[in-house]
Amino acid sequence: MLASLPLLVADLQLFPPAASAQAGPIDELYWFEVIVSAIMTVGIFLAVIFLAWKYRRRANVRATQIEGSTFLELSWSIIPFLVMLVMFWWGAKLFFAAQNPPKDAMEVFVTGKQWMWKVQYPDGTREINALHVPVGQPVKLTLASEDVIHSFSVPAFRVRHDVVPGHYDSLWFTATKPGRYRLYCTEYCGNQHASMGGWVDVLDDREYASWAGGGSHGSLAEQGQKLFEQNGCSTCHQLDQQGRCPILRGVYNKPVQLDDGRTVTADDSYLRESILDPNAKIVSGFQPNIMPNFKGQLSEEQVIQLIAYVKSLSPTTPASQQGVQQRPVVIAPQAKAPAVRPPQ
Amino acid sequence: MDASMLGMWTFLITEVLFFGGMFAAYAVYRNMYPGAFASTSKFMDVILGGTNTAVLICSSLTMVLAVRAAQLSKRRDVMLFTVLTMIFGTAFLVIKAFEYHSKWVEHLIPGFDFQYDEPRYQHNAQILFFLYFCMTGMHAVHMIVGLGLLTYLLVQAKRNVFSANYFAPVEMIGLYWHFVDVVWIFLFPLLYLIGHRR
Amino acid sequence: MATIAHGTHGTPEIAAEEVNYLNVEHGWKSWLLTTDHKRIAFLYLISITAMFFVGGAMAVLFRINLLEPEGIFSAETYNRLFSMHGIVMVFFFLVPSIPATLANFLIPIMVGAKDLAFPRVNLLSWYLYIFGAMFTLYAVIRGGVDTGWTFYAPYSSTYSNSYVLSAAMGVFIAGFSSILTGLNFIVTVHKMRAPGMTWGRLPLFVWANYATGLIQVLGTPVLAITILLLAFERVAHVGIFDPNIGGDPILFQHLFWFYSHPAVYIMILPGMGVISEIVACFSRKRVFGYNFVAFSSMGIAVLSFVVWGHHMFVTGEAMYTSVAFSFLSFMVAVPSAIKVFNWTATMYKGSVSFDTPMLYCFGFIGLFTIGGLTGLFLAALATDVATHGTYFIVAHFHYVMVGGMVMAFLGGLHFWWPKITGRLYPEAWAKFAALIIFIGFNLTFFPQFILGYLGMPRRYHAYPPEFQALNVLSTAGASILGIGYLIPMIYFAWSLKAGPKAGPNPWGATGLEWEIQSPPTTFNFDETPTVTKEAYDYGPLEEIVG
Repeated sequence: MLASLPLLVADLQLFPPAASAQAGPIDELYWFEVIVSAIMTVGIFLAVIFLAWKYRRRANVRATQIEGSTFLELSWSIIPFLVMLVMFWWGAKLFFAAQNPPKDAMEVFVTGKQWMWKVQYPDGTREINALHVPVGQPVKLTLASEDVIHSFSVPAFRVRHDVVPGHYDSLWFTATKPGRYRLYCTEYCGNQHASMGGWVDVLDDREYASWAGGGSHGSLAEQGQKLFEQNGCSTCHQLDQQGRCPILRGVYNKPVQLDDGRTVTADDSYLRESILDPNAKIVSGFQPNIMPNFKGQLSEEQVIQLIAYVKSLSPTTPASQQGVQQRPVVIAPQAKAPAVRPPQ
Repeated sequence: MDASMLGMWTFLITEVLFFGGMFAAYAVYRNMYPGAFASTSKFMDVILGGTNTAVLICSSLTMVLAVRAAQLSKRRDVMLFTVLTMIFGTAFLVIKAFEYHSKWVEHLIPGFDFQYDEPRYQHNAQILFFLYFCMTGMHAVHMIVGLGLLTYLLVQAKRNVFSANYFAPVEMIGLYWHFVDVVWIFLFPLLYLIGHRR
Repeated sequence: MATIAHGTHGTPEIAAEEVNYLNVEHGWKSWLLTTDHKRIAFLYLISITAMFFVGGAMAVLFRINLLEPEGIFSAETYNRLFSMHGIVMVFFFLVPSIPATLANFLIPIMVGAKDLAFPRVNLLSWYLYIFGAMFTLYAVIRGGVDTGWTFYAPYSSTYSNSYVLSAAMGVFIAGFSSILTGLNFIVTVHKMRAPGMTWGRLPLFVWANYATGLIQVLGTPVLAITILLLAFERVAHVGIFDPNIGGDPILFQHLFWFYSHPAVYIMILPGMGVISEIVACFSRKRVFGYNFVAFSSMGIAVLSFVVWGHHMFVTGEAMYTSVAFSFLSFMVAVPSAIKVFNWTATMYKGSVSFDTPMLYCFGFIGLFTIGGLTGLFLAALATDVATHGTYFIVAHFHYVMVGGMVMAFLGGLHFWWPKITGRLYPEAWAKFAALIIFIGFNLTFFPQFILGYLGMPRRYHAYPPEFQALNVLSTAGASILGIGYLIPMIYFAWSLKAGPKAGPNPWGATGLEWEIQSPPTTFNFDETPTVTKEAYDYGPLEEIVG
């Protein structure tokens, strides 16, 4: 190892590349924090050294007993607090920006499972521990876990989000520099946690066009359609006719009224829950205990395919219409179903 | 307030935080699954639970009377009221045992072949039932410890240790007993009375 | 009072040893059934030192593993080593450290009492500590736990194939030890102060440990219930944290951090108390801004309970919740900063000497400042997202806990060693060790800040090759640090037998503890003192500035 010391030093990185639109602004905050910290640290070090030397013990020199100074106390409380407020505000602002992806963000689906990342693109391409994105294009990752808590992180983009089993998480970024950047799992998830990493390739337009070719199994939505038929969903969820179940055409991202009075939006998380825990929310006018529970029968990846299919049944609408009030889709039931409990 | 009372109060505050964690979990899940939680009420025996509430309140009364008797140096009354408190406490635990047994028979103990007859709420009801057993179980453990403390009180009272000059242990244990009672006062409505009489 | 004993030939031996708490009785029963807070503190000292070296050995081992990017041991071994290191160091070393040893020893004396309010509860708390340590050591011996000290569900409850239950039960039991210690301190400070010892005359060490006691009493029970819920989940699969039945793994995190964040203040406040005592004595001055330092301890204790969500900024915590936690986390930094400034200002117009305790004090002030400032990076939302789960976090908390607390502990140990043992340690070796520790510490942990921002995740047994140089530096530092910690072990042990005898007040410090013999008698004072002086009464007050 000592022999390889020159190589170690040559390889030495001290600062990560900044390869996303957010990275630069976050680095600015980081350097502000570093500078403030350096000033404070050097200041304290110098003060301690200076005072300790200047007032070092000497014969016949007595210490002067001082009670304190309210003025100093207030100054050195308020001024640092104001500096901290700047850090707080700055950090919060950047954080807000990272929460809401732009409407035209390209969606990619990432499923974490011990110990790999499985990536699915809308056109059906799949890969493992790798992500290919075009430069300059906002990308929204929808994150799902098959098992334990993972955390998806790309240091070069300064992005990270935990992937918690039981619901979807998401993060978004816009890559700005073509190149290869590491991605990691950063929440301890078991034995091979350290192996759960890979590469993000940011490609310029030409390279991306030649890389993107679609999967051999058809697009995500087409895969979803196959699953929809194979698993008998079409029996009840007939597309154009009201069956025992709510119509799915046009439902994506629309408000839905539930039987307990709440109104929710039929977003990705709602659709996922409807498949894996159908009794959690029952649409107003329909009966519980009818739709089978697919937990354990469908993987997170397959659920993503089904959701892509349901999405494809809606006309292309922007990802969300914030602030636009919509009347909930009230689906009129057929004749009241008899209150029979399905056999155990 | 003397040191031992301050010590007991401080200890009881730690107990508030201990039970508080369970109450927090209850609050979170009830907020998430109101329907499931409400559906569990029909499996809770309100008669037995209500009886237990009355039993505990009576036991707190007898406990207070025991403290009063100690303050008045009435040795026999201290012993009498301590025994009565123990009888009430034991009655509580016996009733609880009946309740737990019926839950066992009905397959309502999470982790032990839990079955719920409303498939819609099966999973989330399991959470409520776990909290039921956890909270009432922890409470019962504290009751059992309380009975142990009362036994100690009884022995000490028999030896005529307590008088108007020295009754701190009676007060302290009384305080503990009241606390355990108050926890039940919170548990009972939250676990037994949700969803009843919609 | 020196006892004049007669030797075997009938000649008076004036140098015969005074009766003190150490030699008043012999035999294992007199130690294992003692209710003397000083003996209990000594028992704790031995126990936590042993646990420190257990945890430290694990650290040396896994730092060796990190010399190579591919790792040297297996992933399983590494994962157990770092988890056990965290559990042992946090729950069995840092949390009890100063409270159970130095504060246990000193608080009754500092308030002018014969013992703590509840001496038998004090002994019980030591037994609970040992009992808990047995469970955890059992887990270590059987192969360890690999969940990290944070035990996150559902990995720990459902997936981990390791000794989660025994390790968790060890922590559960040790938690009660901590609660009882805190309870004892609170009641002692309220009820056992000698006449004239008003709150405003208490040494700042007492204020700090009182505030710590408040946190122990309010926070630890939540850890207890969290571990219990985890245990039920693990044993009976009840589902409380299982997303498959609607349980929420994030609830575990909220409950866990509700204790574990205040816990870090349990782990630093007592150290801050030590620093106040040392800086006053070795500047021969009252601490600058006594009231502000005292109230800062209380302020930290209160605020510590409302910042736990800053551990969860990337879990999907609601945006405005995160903003609130971020703001409060900045606020909790203010009282710590106030203290650092006050300690520094204490040296102004003082008479500063450079004995070993003061060297550790300097080290604390410098390293705690760095650790605390890097906490600001983490309180700020955007930079927390960029560094969560990386070595930046590891570096931050080691700067405050090791650069801060362990330095303070060593400083306090050196400061009060003459009082506790009646012996002096060798000053030259002690200064040397302090220097080695300072150098080793910084070499170990400063590179980790850089590694963290580069993105190197924590809890990784293997890492990308471009991180090797910094890891090698860090491991080199760790070996130096390890040696640095061994040196005091050796000379302290040596001093027990062969160190020069210490008088009642070798440092010329103020405080009730320095007015009694070294080591103290079992009941500390011949008669209850009456306090008439302020704390740190090194001379008449000359300046009341502003």
